[in-house]
Amino acid sequence: MPLQNMRGALRLLLIIFVFVAGVWVQASGTIEELLFYLPDVKYLVGQHLWLTVMSGGLAILVAIPLGIVLSRPSMAHLAESVMQVLNVGTTIPTLAVLALSMSFLGIGTLPAVFGLFVATLLPITRNTYAGLKGVSPALREAASGIGMAPLQRLFKVELPNALYVIFAGIRTALTINVGTVPLAFLIGAGGLGELIFTGIDLYDPLMMLAGAIPTALLAISVDALIATTAFAVVPRGVNPSRA
Amino acid sequence: MIRLDNLTKVFDTPKGAVTAADQITMEVPAGEICILLGPSGCGKTTSLKMINRIIRPTSGKVFINGEDTTGLNTQELRRNIGYVIQQIGLFPNMTIEENISVVPKLLGWDKTRYKERARELMRMIALEPDAFLKRYPSELSGGQQQRIGVARALAADPPVMLMDEPFGAIDPINRAVIQDEFLKMQQDLKKTIMFVSHDIDEAIKMGDHIAIFRAGRLEQYSRPDELLANPKDEFVESFLGEDRALKRLNLVKVRDLASENVATVLPEEDLQTALNRMDDHGYPGSIMMVNDRHQPVGVVQRPVAQTTKGYCRDHFETVPTMARLDDDLRKVASLMFAHDMTWLPCVDDNGRLCGQITQRAITHHLGSRYRVQQAETIAEV
Repeated sequence: MPLQNMRGALRLLLIIFVFVAGVWVQASGTIEELLFYLPDVKYLVGQHLWLTVMSGGLAILVAIPLGIVLSRPSMAHLAESVMQVLNVGTTIPTLAVLALSMSFLGIGTLPAVFGLFVATLLPITRNTYAGLKGVSPALREAASGIGMAPLQRLFKVELPNALYVIFAGIRTALTINVGTVPLAFLIGAGGLGELIFTGIDLYDPLMMLAGAIPTALLAISVDALIATTAFAVVPRGVNPSRA
Repeated sequence: MIRLDNLTKVFDTPKGAVTAADQITMEVPAGEICILLGPSGCGKTTSLKMINRIIRPTSGKVFINGEDTTGLNTQELRRNIGYVIQQIGLFPNMTIEENISVVPKLLGWDKTRYKERARELMRMIALEPDAFLKRYPSELSGGQQQRIGVARALAADPPVMLMDEPFGAIDPINRAVIQDEFLKMQQDLKKTIMFVSHDIDEAIKMGDHIAIFRAGRLEQYSRPDELLANPKDEFVESFLGEDRALKRLNLVKVRDLASENVATVLPEEDLQTALNRMDDHGYPGSIMMVNDRHQPVGVVQRPVAQTTKGYCRDHFETVPTMARLDDDLRKVASLMFAHDMTWLPCVDDNGRLCGQITQRAITHHLGSRYRVQQAETIAEV
């Protein structure tokens, strides 16, 4: 009982706090000032999402087949070296990757998409590879032993059983991607970074918040979207969240 | 029928070539179970897996139903061989129904046919189709999963099955149940089966033939009774264990040893008649008393018959225990020890007395092989 009372009290305190904060924000005119940026935010969210979809989509299209190829027994001798190269790609700060790709590809959307693509590639490849390698040898032997051809085995047994791990990789990669896109503003690709960095430069915290809050909301929504997709797509028998 | 002809596998390892299977030649007749038995690393699993090419033979040939499989397409070959592995290997992403239907689907059966087949197989392995078909493997117990594993292997009705320690991961009680169920199914199905095991008791129970492997070589290939009676060398002998004569008890049924003529008395006969009959038949201790349907109801002891006058119905003792014709000798021996008896009456399915089995008959049967051998050895000398 004491615990429940404690919780109830905390909840009440929280509600009071939020209410007071809301009143204060309203009274100080902050909300109106933030709403002033709404048209900008709408436009920039579109640009932001487009960068994410392009770079993330490309990364998925490349990373999953790459992970599959690397997980084949015939590639075993190459797999770890390739993984190391990708690892290096991730170790370099994204800002540096963007700067590098700018010096090759110039200013604008193209270098930004490329830089984000490189940063997103590894988690997906790593998880696809690990997920497929993690499929139990007994399952693979059973699949071969009852007469599945290698591709049938891949699509009917290995991929479905690795899907949950692959989705975890996509989820991590895309969430980080959304949070990284603001940096793309620095090489002229737009996105919500425009409000954030301009706000910082102008000592205008409200402008910065007008960029930062939607970025955070976008990241959370993308995460939730992929989690929902995984819940629906991964077969029930291998889906821990549906067990 | 499965025939292996000089099947050999040499593995190249960093330490040099290792011969895992050395010119294995053997034949399993159609409809029989052959157990490949031996310590780990003896080549039994390698030999099994060369049949469906999970392991590629270095040389030698495999014939199935007289046909050389060397030229066959690997997938085609495997789809016509049922395969059960120790780790069960049910696909966790598929329902039980999908798991069972995998091979029929690969073979291009139409939907109604493989769905009906799945239900049929579920009934065969005694799992309720409606309750289980839509579940996932993770929702089943180990024993149920391995039943499904067997059903999956049987789905396309292959003439030949390969089983790699199929019941090894199941607890002893469930294992015995599944073994019995499987043997019962096999009586109708008559599949030709190669079965790897490291458990000598399982081999004796399940096998029509037993092949003993050692260090890549086939040491002995015989019927279980022959194997236990006549181990070829010391290795086989030690592998079978020092109690191998006792293990033969599993293989012999009461039916084979029961003496058919057994004298009896009826309740209304007097004790003098009982005594005379014991003397006539040379029974040292007692005689069975049966009712009018020839069912045993009691035993009249010799001392009682000698010292008392009256009718059998007033002076008998109850029968402590009886053997049925289909019991194996192991059970009979156990009953004899438990009740301190040297003989047991045998009854048929209707409970009618149809013979007796004595400790002497059992030891005589187990010993006869050795006496023949000894006689031969002496004759040769």
